[in-house]
Amino acid sequence: MSNKNSNLSILFKGLLLENPVFVLILGTCPTLATSTTVIGAIGMGLAATAVLICSNMVISMLRRFIPDTVRIPCYIVIIAGFVTVVEMFIHAYLPSLYETLGVYLALITVNCIILGRAEMFAGKNTVFKSALDGVGMGLGFTLALLSIATIREVIGAGTFAGIEIPVLVDYKIEFLQKTPGGFLIYGIMIAVVYKLTHGKAPKKTKFGCESCPSFSVCGGVKCDNTVKEAK
Amino acid sequence: MDTFKSLIIILMSSVLVNNYVLNRFLGICPFLGVSKKLNQAVGMGFSVIFVMVVATAVTWPIQHFLLDSYGLGYMQTIVFILVIAALVQFIEMALKKFIPSLHKSLGVYLPLITTNCAVLGVTIENIDESFTFVESIVNSLGCGLGFLLAMVLFSGVRSKIDDSEIPESFKGLPATLIAASFVSMAFLGFAGIVDNLFA
Repeated sequence: MSNKNSNLSILFKGLLLENPVFVLILGTCPTLATSTTVIGAIGMGLAATAVLICSNMVISMLRRFIPDTVRIPCYIVIIAGFVTVVEMFIHAYLPSLYETLGVYLALITVNCIILGRAEMFAGKNTVFKSALDGVGMGLGFTLALLSIATIREVIGAGTFAGIEIPVLVDYKIEFLQKTPGGFLIYGIMIAVVYKLTHGKAPKKTKFGCESCPSFSVCGGVKCDNTVKEAK
Repeated sequence: MDTFKSLIIILMSSVLVNNYVLNRFLGICPFLGVSKKLNQAVGMGFSVIFVMVVATAVTWPIQHFLLDSYGLGYMQTIVFILVIAALVQFIEMALKKFIPSLHKSLGVYLPLITTNCAVLGVTIENIDESFTFVESIVNSLGCGLGFLLAMVLFSGVRSKIDDSEIPESFKGLPATLIAASFVSMAFLGFAGIVDNLFA
């Protein structure tokens, strides 16, 4: 992860090779919850991207001032601040999207992608690189959400972004719109991405600790799922 | 009697119908991460119940007596996440000092809960649904119980996956997610049970 330093690769690695959703397996909750409609997926993706870019930049700027021992609470406060800003913005200008996303908008705060990138990237890199990383990871997240949502909405509801598709609307498989459909499509997509990248992307066989935002708190010592990764 | 009925309805609906993990997609990370062994699943489940109830007991008064009365509603997210983080740390220290045996069994899981979206989710939901204090506590208890139930059921399913032959691409996480899909399909059957509970 660390030897690819060129700015372009930082930007593009988020899209497929280190896609936060399909490869790093971060941010599962919002991925599954907001991917029933294309509009909701795009809204969620862009909201998280905005928070990610801002928090990455600020955390990177402050990385020399934040004491190591209290960095997680500091990160959380910075992230929660930006989430509140984005939430108020969407509430004011896009009220229907605000309704669709509901509680998941506030839950961007505990989205593992954002805290995970703060911990894995922004806390160690320059402001510019962190911003690029935020853009790449955010777009990767949006793209992943969009691909899952497209499948779930087109096949599950027979519509795309709310527009009916002539034939499919008569033969919709409503199961995909429900919770089990979300799990199922997500599982299949991870397998497909693994196949597409021919195992180049390090596949996670289990939930490693580093995907868990509390990794830095427990240091992977206490948790049985530890993928031994020297920090 | 009616309040009692409504409390039972809230409890049942949060345990079975609106199960946080299997219907609302909250707390997926620990659900997939810690459900490998039954004893871990139970430990995590009880820790989540405990933290959810205590967090609700603290955040509800904060929202109603502090944030609402001073017009600071927009601070909700920041305040709640800080309160939960501090609370978890505090609970861990208190348990370590006063009830070491409980700390031994739950302590491992406590730091992992700080960023569990289910905990923040339930505290915010209690406010959004404008539940009373008692209803909020019952709702949190129900959500925690639902989480425990899902964890325990799923750890059983997972032990079967480990013994089966799976195509290479599906090994590991994809297979786990598809299994989760089947478990959540079973929970779809509970929809509507609450409406007819006292009919």
